[in-house]
Amino acid sequence: MQPFTTLTAIAVPLDLVNVDTDRIIPARFLRQPRSAGYGNFLFRDLREADASFVLDRPAYRGAEILVGAQNFGCGSSREGAVWALAGSGLRAWIAPSFGDIFLENSFKNGVPAIVLPEARVAELRAALVGRPGATMSIDLGAQTVTGPDGKVDRFELDPFRKECLLAGLDEIDLTLRHEAAIAAYEERRRRDRPWLG
Amino acid sequence: MGLTLYEKVWNEHAVAQGPGGRTLLYIDRQLIHDGSFHAFAALRDAGRRVRRPEAAFATPDHYVPTRDRDPIVHPELRDKVETLAANAAANRIAIYPVGDDRQGIVHVVGPEQGITQPGITLVCGDSHTSTHGAFGALAFGIGASEVAHVLATQSLWQAPSKTFRVFVEGALAPGVHAKDVILALIARIGAFGGTGHAFEYAGSAIRALSMEARMTICNMSIEAGARAGMVAPDETTFAYLHGRPQSPKDDEWDRALVQWRALPSDADARFDREVALDASALEPMATWGTSPEHGVGISGAVPDPAAQPDAARRGSMEKALGYMDLAPGDRLEGLPIQRAFIGSCTNSRLEDLRAAAAVVRGRKAKVPALVVPGSGLVKRAAEAEGLDRVFLEAGFEWRDAGCSMCVGMNGDLAAAGERVASTSNRNFEGRQGKGARTHLMSPAMAAAAAVTGHITDVRKLLVR
Repeated sequence: MQPFTTLTAIAVPLDLVNVDTDRIIPARFLRQPRSAGYGNFLFRDLREADASFVLDRPAYRGAEILVGAQNFGCGSSREGAVWALAGSGLRAWIAPSFGDIFLENSFKNGVPAIVLPEARVAELRAALVGRPGATMSIDLGAQTVTGPDGKVDRFELDPFRKECLLAGLDEIDLTLRHEAAIAAYEERRRRDRPWLG
Repeated sequence: MGLTLYEKVWNEHAVAQGPGGRTLLYIDRQLIHDGSFHAFAALRDAGRRVRRPEAAFATPDHYVPTRDRDPIVHPELRDKVETLAANAAANRIAIYPVGDDRQGIVHVVGPEQGITQPGITLVCGDSHTSTHGAFGALAFGIGASEVAHVLATQSLWQAPSKTFRVFVEGALAPGVHAKDVILALIARIGAFGGTGHAFEYAGSAIRALSMEARMTICNMSIEAGARAGMVAPDETTFAYLHGRPQSPKDDEWDRALVQWRALPSDADARFDREVALDASALEPMATWGTSPEHGVGISGAVPDPAAQPDAARRGSMEKALGYMDLAPGDRLEGLPIQRAFIGSCTNSRLEDLRAAAAVVRGRKAKVPALVVPGSGLVKRAAEAEGLDRVFLEAGFEWRDAGCSMCVGMNGDLAAAGERVASTSNRNFEGRQGKGARTHLMSPAMAAAAAVTGHITDVRKLLVR
């Protein structure tokens, strides 16, 4: 996995709460293997219905940061939602809250899902609407986001996720280092709850 | 200080501690479906093998058609179902295939087979895995990367959720069901009211519910933002599980009971949040918009976005009204529908089909209506008591088990602009087909809508 350290890029605002993963990628595209290029499926139905959808406005072309609203990525566990966003060039997302499973899927794909206070995220979206094409910066090591207004916000980040992102680590390799503990647990379980096999 | 049910199951499964308060949690069981091919592909690409095949159980549900499936006519759907069978065979995972009565929706099949048990950890690459919490299991949905991680290591790195107890006290009125309870909760706390939390449903109304009804409630925990929702196991749980194929037997059953009885939250356990609902005050619910939080009692009306102070929320409500072709103040009761769907992991169990059939009996469907049992065994049980005849004589279709119209990826779809009375769990834009308009409700309410052709207060049809 590609490590994530710092990023300065155009940011695109998405001013809707409860953006669900069905909207991010309609179910009919999930049949495709990941190699099909999920970026082409991103917000497909929304974009077909609305030619002025924010991601299609020229000023936001090349955006690598998405700034959403509450509960971004709620709904289905489909990891295709992360693949679709990442496949169209987005490398980080910021919102006041994310769907729990989507949040996990993001980090698993080397994408930081950054939580900032609701009022600040609303301010960021307004700034990006007011100055389309403005850039923002993310410094993962310092755990900071710099807005188009130059104001710096610090964000919380689980040290485990941070380590995985910075190093681009494969989590399965990390876990297999605990193989002895897993095997010991299974031994105990066979004794205490033999019916589970 | 005492422990919650969630904390007890968590502590029991902690294998190792990682940085940042992460715990390596042992996973007892995982359910696999025909959408799991992404995880198998990732595993194959990395050259890894399945660590404990006997902990996994597979059955096709998402892509499997609910008719024309012996053999499956649609080439892409057939490919997905065959890929599951091939992945299961290659990895020595047990499968309930098409043609086996045990095939069905994973969240119906797991409990039915006794795979789901109190106190276990259970995961699946599907957000409605929260369903299994009804048994006092810690069960939650995961993405494809995590499915691959579980298959390879039988464990997951997790940070503990905060705990959130939902008290539901009092008795439900006739015509008011578990679906109405969960829709009312989501309307009350919002679609992200439970984010970062695990629910525990408690109180006299929950204790009085069947396992089927508890599953309906736990199923939609995710629609309130909570990845898991649990109910303490009790005699109702044990009676349901006794004698199931994968349930412990003989002496082991007695040993299991001792462990299971110790699971309920201690009297002095502390929860991070609590909320209480009065069950006796609830009426049948339906949703008007495109988020599960857009639910109202059947006597209510569509709210006015103008009254919503938050701009992003107001914008979403306005967008939802446009998509649903509704205006503030519109009443849901009397709103014409073009289709009805009774099924999904939320509401496709025998009790759901009975509730719908009780409304349908002696009436005729006014719109195309589909009944899709949650498993082959549910279908057989329903047929044994004549429910299929009730639906067929009323002009409903009686299909084979699968996710069907809940998920819009197996050929069962609504057309653009069609309004669907649906017992499923998500009213998202395009969920049941591009441009389709979903109104979530209970099986009894969906049946009432089907036989009247419009959204109807089912209580008016209960008096014959």
